[in-house]
Amino acid sequence: MDAFLHMGGYAAYVWPAYAVFFLVLLIDFLAPNLRRRRLLRELHARMQRQKARDARKAARRTPSDPHDPTSTPLDS
Amino acid sequence: MKWIPLWMHRLSSPPTFYRFATVMRPWFMALAVILTAVGLYGGLVTAPADYQQGDAFRIIYIHVPSAEMSLFVYGVMAAAGFIAVVWRLKLAESVAMQSAPIGAAFTFITLVTGSLWGYPTWGTWWTWDARLTSELVLLFLYLGVIGLYHAFEDRRQGARAASFLVLVGVINLPIVHYSVKWWNTLHQGTTVRLFGASKIEGDMLWPLLVMMGAVHLYWAASLCGRVRTDLLSLESGKQWVRDLAQREGR
Repeated sequence: MDAFLHMGGYAAYVWPAYAVFFLVLLIDFLAPNLRRRRLLRELHARMQRQKARDARKAARRTPSDPHDPTSTPLDS
Repeated sequence: MKWIPLWMHRLSSPPTFYRFATVMRPWFMALAVILTAVGLYGGLVTAPADYQQGDAFRIIYIHVPSAEMSLFVYGVMAAAGFIAVVWRLKLAESVAMQSAPIGAAFTFITLVTGSLWGYPTWGTWWTWDARLTSELVLLFLYLGVIGLYHAFEDRRQGARAASFLVLVGVINLPIVHYSVKWWNTLHQGTTVRLFGASKIEGDMLWPLLVMMGAVHLYWAASLCGRVRTDLLSLESGKQWVRDLAQREGR
């Protein structure tokens, strides 16, 4: 095992090369996963906000008394 | 054989490709990991040390596959870029633009591992010879494509502009490949040949071929992941993405 790790005296070159290979590819593989999660979460939050806004608007549009001439459909 | 164009047509629709990529990605990756384990066992354990370079030659098992991928990914990116420019297919634009970071990653690995191999065998980390310089130009091309793509406000416009740059840069591919033949370089000549005998013993050769298979599978997995995410953001207003966000965005 020691001989294997020693790499015939070239350990200082062989192992960093392998480390760079695996590290760069690992980052390349995981980056889109994280970005996908964030995208879906942001979109979900935006849809929730839109839904809440629509609900408020619908509540306001319903007049309190339809026969009251002073009440307007949108009391803003 | 009418089903081939039909299948291609279906697959080029973003929601279909999204599902395809989601199903295929773990399989590509699992196969890539298995092949890497087999290939590296062969390359680091069972293959004998080189009679001239000792154990330093073992860097070949990541350097050569990465170098091959740096050219292969560019070829795929150019083909997708051509389709994007001519037919303005959204999926082709996405494939072309999402290929660039993968290609840049492989080119970076090639340059760094080459440097780590060059120092003990040549006595220098870097030299401005034809092979090394053209590979560095390849990295700059990838970075240029990424930069140009992000310089546009409209992403589809950016993708088409960057695709033009991709097509112009194709000229660099034969230069990288044939540089060791056309000029006297410090870099050694081709080891593995598609046609004719390879200049390497079987015990050393088979792990290299297995590693080449592994990086191609890895590339397929990485591209699936990147294009899948990109399609989500490109189509974020569409119903299929909203449904997905409703299910998975919590």
